[in-house]
Amino acid sequence: MHGLINRAVERFARDTYGREMWRGITQRLDLGFTEFEAMLTYDDKITQDVLGELAVSLNKPLTEVLEDIGTYLVSHPGLEALRRLLRFGGTDFVEFLHSLNDLPGRVRLAVPELALPVLELEDHARDFYSLTVGPLPGGQVAFGPVMMGLLRAMADDYGALVFLEHKGRRAGHEIIEVRLLETAFASGRAFDLGAHLR
Amino acid sequence: MTEQGNEFAFYTVLDTLCPMHVVLNDTGHVVHAGPTFAKVFPDAPPQGRRFLELLELKRPKLGQSMAELRRAAGGKLHFRLRAEPRTDFKGVLVALPKAGGLGPGGGAIVNLSFGISVMEAVRDFALTSADFAATDLAIEMLYLIEAKSAAMEASRKLNLRLQGAKIAAEEQAFTDTLTGLKNRRALQPVLDRLMESERDFVLMNLDLDYFKSVNDRLGHAAGDHVLQRVARRMVSETRGEDTIIRTGGDEFVLIFAGLTDRHRVAEIAGRLIARLERPIAFGDEECRVSASIGASLSRDYARIDPEQMMKDADLALYAAKDQGRGRHVIYDPALRMT
Repeated sequence: MHGLINRAVERFARDTYGREMWRGITQRLDLGFTEFEAMLTYDDKITQDVLGELAVSLNKPLTEVLEDIGTYLVSHPGLEALRRLLRFGGTDFVEFLHSLNDLPGRVRLAVPELALPVLELEDHARDFYSLTVGPLPGGQVAFGPVMMGLLRAMADDYGALVFLEHKGRRAGHEIIEVRLLETAFASGRAFDLGAHLR
Repeated sequence: MTEQGNEFAFYTVLDTLCPMHVVLNDTGHVVHAGPTFAKVFPDAPPQGRRFLELLELKRPKLGQSMAELRRAAGGKLHFRLRAEPRTDFKGVLVALPKAGGLGPGGGAIVNLSFGISVMEAVRDFALTSADFAATDLAIEMLYLIEAKSAAMEASRKLNLRLQGAKIAAEEQAFTDTLTGLKNRRALQPVLDRLMESERDFVLMNLDLDYFKSVNDRLGHAAGDHVLQRVARRMVSETRGEDTIIRTGGDEFVLIFAGLTDRHRVAEIAGRLIARLERPIAFGDEECRVSASIGASLSRDYARIDPEQMMKDADLALYAAKDQGRGRHVIYDPALRMT
């Protein structure tokens, strides 16, 4: 799995539960290092082991840990760059939802080796969507829960009120239902296009 | 629909399709500005002002009249904002017919873009993605710049760490693990660097005397201990910029950059030998070694050849050993005669 994904798991564990906790995981797994390199690729099994060990240490189901990671990716101040890149997807949450189809392509433009699962949005009725999440290439890790956490945090970011439901897995694809209750529920967070130049 | 109504509908179309446009009348005054172009002038709206007084046409070089500007129709135009922050624009102009067309007769429509200065423009004019046409690639470009910078930053950090690891590995490869001095592999790179710097230097070959008897009498642990103490003494007798290399078991090469004085060389060699001859305690035992030194000076050579200097320093070393132990000899061509 790409280093960026491993690094995201590591940063989540460190920033949320502390360095000691993270060091414990790397030692129990006998990784031989304590930090993932964001720009290297690691064996898929390492990612699975780390996530498994993380869930055991936290005494939480893996899906819950994955969802927390998704939320963390958008809401932690240390990862502002990622939130910004996601906000480029659209001016409101609906536009953002529609931009998800292009997300794997956008990611490939920036980091060619980083493969994300196929994402497909379908609108069924006004304010009712479903997102199909394909399998994470080369990995046994379910990406659906990560998208659940990420979507919830992005809705907050845009100030939208949504109801999300994971509808399970069909032929390797996970389905998430998105009900948009209100597009401008809260003011959301600012997105200043030129902010990184200031 | 009235003619004015027509014109209004026309401008609405333009505002959506190209929000960075301006409509000029036949005197070159702005009669309508797209919403994004208007954002470039937050203090006073551009309407009613002469276009070329707002923007300077950099290329192609044309006159200031509307007739001349209209002649640039279709080609690529380069403008610069006359006021701060003097933003650059790219543009294209469409000349409007004198009569019978949409918009002011004899006027022009200029569509503009920030081109490569889009990053600064977004900051300077507080633009959002709604300020760009939905088909405009500007937002994708901004996205790419940010995404690529983030990726580059991650790569740069990786490179720095790898470089640090490489230096440490090289350092290790050139270090003698027993004494902490440099090892044989370091000799050539050090000589190469000296040759490049074109500085004079002195080569000193130093062999320990009586080392074998320490090893035989007290074992290898004592021998290792002696080597470590000897190394420390040599380090303290030399300057930081000098190089000490352990080339073999009890053989060393010392390199003194910038040294040219024969008397100084003799003095250093004498001091080194005296220092190394002091007894070294090993448990209850006392170890005694000495050293023989042969040296060669680069200033004695018309063309510096480190290989030849090594041979000559070796010859001087043998001459020193011939004189007994604890002696030093500086190479002299006369040595070859004997």
